[in-house]
Amino acid sequence: MKKTFKLDGLDCANCASKIERAIKNIDGVSSATVNFMTAKIIIEGDDSKFDNITAKMKEIVKKHEPDVVVRAV
Amino acid sequence: MARHRKHIIKITSGAVIYALGIIWHPDNFYISLAIFLSAYIIIGGDVLFRAIRNIFRGEVFDENFLMSIATIGAFAIGEYTEGVAVMLFYQIGDLLQSYAVNKSRKSIAALMDIRPDYANVRRDTGDIERVDPDSLAVGDIIVIKPGERIPLDSTVIEGTSAIDTSALTGESLPRDVGAGDELLSGCININGVITARVTKEFGESTVNRILDLVENASSKKSNSENFITKFARYYTPAVVITAVLLAVLPPILIAGESFTEWIYRALIFLVISCPCALVISIPLSFFGGIGGASRQGILVKGSNYLEALASAETIVFDKTGTLTKGEFNVTSVTPHGITEDELLELVAHAEGYSSHPISQSLVKAYSGQIDLSRVSDVESIPGRGIMARVDGKQIAAGNAGLMEMLGISYHARTDGNLGTVVYVAVDMAFAGSILISDEIKQDAKKAISELRGAGVRKTVMLTGDTDVIGGRVAGELGIDKVYAGLLPDGKVARLEELIKEKSPRGKLVFIGDGINDAPVLARADIGIAMGGLGSDAAIEAADIVIMTDEPSKVASAIKISKKTLCIVKENIAIALGTKGAVLTLGAIGFASMWAAVFADVGVAIIAILNASRMLRVKTEK
Repeated sequence: MKKTFKLDGLDCANCASKIERAIKNIDGVSSATVNFMTAKIIIEGDDSKFDNITAKMKEIVKKHEPDVVVRAV
Repeated sequence: MARHRKHIIKITSGAVIYALGIIWHPDNFYISLAIFLSAYIIIGGDVLFRAIRNIFRGEVFDENFLMSIATIGAFAIGEYTEGVAVMLFYQIGDLLQSYAVNKSRKSIAALMDIRPDYANVRRDTGDIERVDPDSLAVGDIIVIKPGERIPLDSTVIEGTSAIDTSALTGESLPRDVGAGDELLSGCININGVITARVTKEFGESTVNRILDLVENASSKKSNSENFITKFARYYTPAVVITAVLLAVLPPILIAGESFTEWIYRALIFLVISCPCALVISIPLSFFGGIGGASRQGILVKGSNYLEALASAETIVFDKTGTLTKGEFNVTSVTPHGITEDELLELVAHAEGYSSHPISQSLVKAYSGQIDLSRVSDVESIPGRGIMARVDGKQIAAGNAGLMEMLGISYHARTDGNLGTVVYVAVDMAFAGSILISDEIKQDAKKAISELRGAGVRKTVMLTGDTDVIGGRVAGELGIDKVYAGLLPDGKVARLEELIKEKSPRGKLVFIGDGINDAPVLARADIGIAMGGLGSDAAIEAADIVIMTDEPSKVASAIKISKKTLCIVKENIAIALGTKGAVLTLGAIGFASMWAAVFADVGVAIIAILNASRMLRVKTEK
């Protein structure tokens, strides 16, 4: 499954790449890309684990950039 | 922008208090400290707050934390004015940086603003309703008014109009459409009202596929981006560790060195410890390059391909459909005993019933209307040609074999190997011959010379055609080398030889029409498919897709690639150079914290501004 989320208020490029790296390490994620310019993240991963992946992803974003709001596209 | 305004007010009022402190310069230490401290907290309070919050979240090496340590450290060693100044300039820089990023984001959004917002659907009742294009299904009837964007790929059922395809192709000349013609989503209807039937859902429509492709292109990262990501990972910890060592070791090891002096030097390191300039500006340059290219009708499917294209050394073209139009046209008519027009008229009528490409090209070459009632007794002779009666005359049109079969003596063409020759006899007497061949595209010659100008060392053409045809096309265009008579698998083998011949760093680019050369496209370092507009197969198979049929776009793509790479290199040099210089000067005691703030946020802003040049790619006419 492949899903795109919008990261509203993503201002720091270094944080974006830290977020990307951390999300790649979530169990079940096969690929993750944060596009800083469009402020979007595309995650590809196991269908069965996707709810868990989404929850973990939100935690990671919150940890690095507490002011960013994650929105499903 | 309310957030920004509040921020600006805070920074300005802090700056005023700070200025007051410097001008007034109270003798009392505590008053002085109170003034600077309050200025500091007003300006940098949010940075401190975020730093503390992030420590509790387990994020130590973050920008806020490092900036807080650096400025608090400045206070601790009695450098109040500098502590406040660093925070002030950091905040101003951050604000400008966020402004610059926002501005680039807007330019990118404008570049990709080809998504249709709505569709006018005609219900069975005849009512016209404005809906989200995503809600429509294949077979729905839509109405497109002048000035509106075509919402979904569809076929015209009623009305005629001119269509502006420039958003997809970069081509400024409008295209005329009428009933039965295909419409591609994302183009703009210029003057007439058109009614059309939807042929593809929104998700599958051209505009959506193109936007997806461009947005996702950044996921295929270039080497420069990978280098920077890796670099950024080690840079911050390395600088922070050096800072700690710098603060502690010299005063302990070297007699007479003060802690204050070395801590100050260490603080300089902390200020420059964020790799932000690089991390922002390099992907931005690539993204800008990809966006700018898409505006010229060149879709690049990854930053890595855009980067590789700059080192294109060998360019290999497929002939048919790439350098030539891939359609047959009458290129020479040699009548014998009758006029050229008469010859064409008779042949066009004799061939009028046939759908063979050669017959079609003969019909097309005749300037008048075909009146099939003048034609009778049509008989096709397999492998040889056609016989028919036109206006009562017996016409035979076909290859040399047909003439020989009928026992007609004819003048063999000397240029016969350049294409297909049709010999014609009227009432069993030779009446002339017609040469039909593929035409070279208008901009093919320009394409080759521009490629050479763009630094390409070798141009090669592969073709399944004969040596003579291949040689003529290559000679006319100035192509270095031709391999003719190749079958599809022969093309792959040739390509592999060419890959071996090039220098290790140079790249081999193959350009084909994407229809039956998928294996060659895949084998090349970079595969470019031409005429991608509306062809899913081409978009799928290639790394770069040229939406129009113009081979000269390859040179434009290389130019965009070179410009992008140039900006990327400039940014890496500016950022690393400045940081390196300030770090070195700081370590030996020649740089102040002011220089450090510049090396941090100042350089980031310069790099972003430099990268945003890429967003202003002009559309070539």
